[in-house]
Amino acid sequence: MSKVVLENLTKIYSNGFEAVHGINLEIEDGEFLVIIGPSGCAKSTTLRMLAGLESISGGSITIGNMVVNSLPPKDRGIAMVFQNYALYPHMSVRENLGFGLKLAKVSKADIEKQVNEAAELLELTPLLDRLPRQLSGGQAQRVAVGRAIVKRPQVFLFDEPLSNLDAKLRASMRVRISDLHKTLKKTNRSATSVYVTHDQTEAMTMGDRICVMKDGHIMQVDTPANLYKYPNNLFVAGFIGAPEMNMVETRLDRTGEGKCHLAMSGQILGLPDAKLQKVLANYTEDVVFGIRPEFIKLADENSPKDEVIKGTIGRMENMGAEFYIHFTVEDREMCTRIPAHIVEEKLLDSVGKEQLFHFEMQNGHIFDKQTEKNISL
Amino acid sequence: MNKTFVNRSVAESNSYVKAELRKEKIGAAVRYFILLLCGLVMLYPLFWMFSAAFKPNHEIFSSLSLWPSEFSLDGFINGWNTGTEYTFGRFFLNTLWYVLPKVILTVISSVIVAYGFARFDIPFKKFWFVTLVATILLPTSVLLIPQYLMFREMGMLDSYMPLYLPMAFATQGFFVFMLIQFLRGLPTDMEEAAQIDGCNSYQLLWYIVVPMLKPAIISVALFQFMWSVNDFLGPLIYISSVEKYPIALALKLSIDVTEGTQWNEILAMASIAIVPSIVVFLIAQNYFVEGITSGGVKG
Repeated sequence: MSKVVLENLTKIYSNGFEAVHGINLEIEDGEFLVIIGPSGCAKSTTLRMLAGLESISGGSITIGNMVVNSLPPKDRGIAMVFQNYALYPHMSVRENLGFGLKLAKVSKADIEKQVNEAAELLELTPLLDRLPRQLSGGQAQRVAVGRAIVKRPQVFLFDEPLSNLDAKLRASMRVRISDLHKTLKKTNRSATSVYVTHDQTEAMTMGDRICVMKDGHIMQVDTPANLYKYPNNLFVAGFIGAPEMNMVETRLDRTGEGKCHLAMSGQILGLPDAKLQKVLANYTEDVVFGIRPEFIKLADENSPKDEVIKGTIGRMENMGAEFYIHFTVEDREMCTRIPAHIVEEKLLDSVGKEQLFHFEMQNGHIFDKQTEKNISL
Repeated sequence: MNKTFVNRSVAESNSYVKAELRKEKIGAAVRYFILLLCGLVMLYPLFWMFSAAFKPNHEIFSSLSLWPSEFSLDGFINGWNTGTEYTFGRFFLNTLWYVLPKVILTVISSVIVAYGFARFDIPFKKFWFVTLVATILLPTSVLLIPQYLMFREMGMLDSYMPLYLPMAFATQGFFVFMLIQFLRGLPTDMEEAAQIDGCNSYQLLWYIVVPMLKPAIISVALFQFMWSVNDFLGPLIYISSVEKYPIALALKLSIDVTEGTQWNEILAMASIAIVPSIVVFLIAQNYFVEGITSGGVKG
């Protein structure tokens, strides 16, 4: 069992700055949890507290069945992979991999065996006698991962491990780490992983669940799909997804027959019945309406009347398979992504022209402007 | 018309490039000449010492020439035998007996103290650090008398202990300061990784910090070695019996005891005396430069 539980975890620095505000998080045995957030959201601090490199100011951390609050890092059953690899520069790859075991007084034969095993798993065998400075970035990071595996920890901690690599290498290492996690899980080894990153592609592709943090608070913890489809609040909605979700401040008006619509510069968008119940239960007038670019289509004759809005096309970005089309509705800027063949068929030379857009309202979100909560879930 | 214009401009630019190259060459020649001249002026005393060691005594002060008119090894032979019952080799060894412990103790104590300053939270750390820096500025002569009295009370006079014992307590703030600056420039990730791998503070120091500090440690050892070999005042105060004299005192000894000073012997022995420092410096030179530059720049 290597479940990790954070309860009311707090970090206050000596200058009085509260970096982490009593967060609660449960990471299941074998789960791959990604913590994501903008710079300065305390995601790394949280990880370092979990590792024992940073003291905690309040709350508790449980790994397995043990409260580890005041245990030194080496007794927590963790292994960590650092952003800049943190390989010992004066030791060969072999010594780097076996250093933890050597300190744990494991016999030489066993160290040899485990190092070779890990080296094989990560294709490091031909590099075993090299020094870290003779390795490329990708190789060095593999050694760093290998060093973690050799220790057979209960929990793996990753602190932005891929951010020093170039884009191509990052993509292949991403897959490698994911595969490794699955392999470990299959062979019944502890594989609980906490992975800190600011790259949402990494988060979306690697995580079983993602924890979004902001200013020392957890904004939402959920599977990548749910996070994308059902963001709890404005921050998560804006943070996950590229291009960003369209968000416009607007007014939610009640109409006579227990219905609601959004006022959009003289035009209106009606709410589907499924959303209506929830929105009415938390009704407020000032709202932010959010909708992802892929849920805005070109309107045709089948589009429901109260989901169609007229906009002026401003800029078209060709992304190859699709176009990002930026348009304005009065002074509100929005973006939609439309497959290239449709654009070539219907929209060529339409910059500056008016166009009807179909907003698929069942996929839209209404956020309370004050509390920033999603009131349409 | 166009063609002639092009041709002319190519010819012009060619001659321009040639003129520039010539200027550069002349400039370089002037620079090297000045540098060589300065180098010679600075090295002349050293060359003079070496050459004078091979001259007979009467020729030393009578000619400026570096080449001896009569080549003689007497200076070396007599100088080595000294006017005492001991050979110069004895004084060499004496020097080693206190310089080696001094270097070793300095390195060990300074590294430990610097590690503490650079990596641990100590109460009033800033105050202690300022105090440390202040001791660098303190003239050593201020301490001579109280220290002498202290060692006299401890019964350590006429032994090497007063020369190296203080080094066991990181008393040379300069070295501690240098190491702290170097350590501050090193990322702590490796140490954190080692902590997770299971190192305690001492293992961290030994397995991770010391290997990374190697260039700075070599600089410290080298400085201490050279300064200690050259130290005259320390041995002069604490060492009274001739059998324990180090090189610095032994050279002075020959000036004292002989009425007509045998300068060729003194210069011959002085030439030999600087050999260890030069050899050690040449061996450690690469690390040394790395150590002082990164220690200074990164801090």
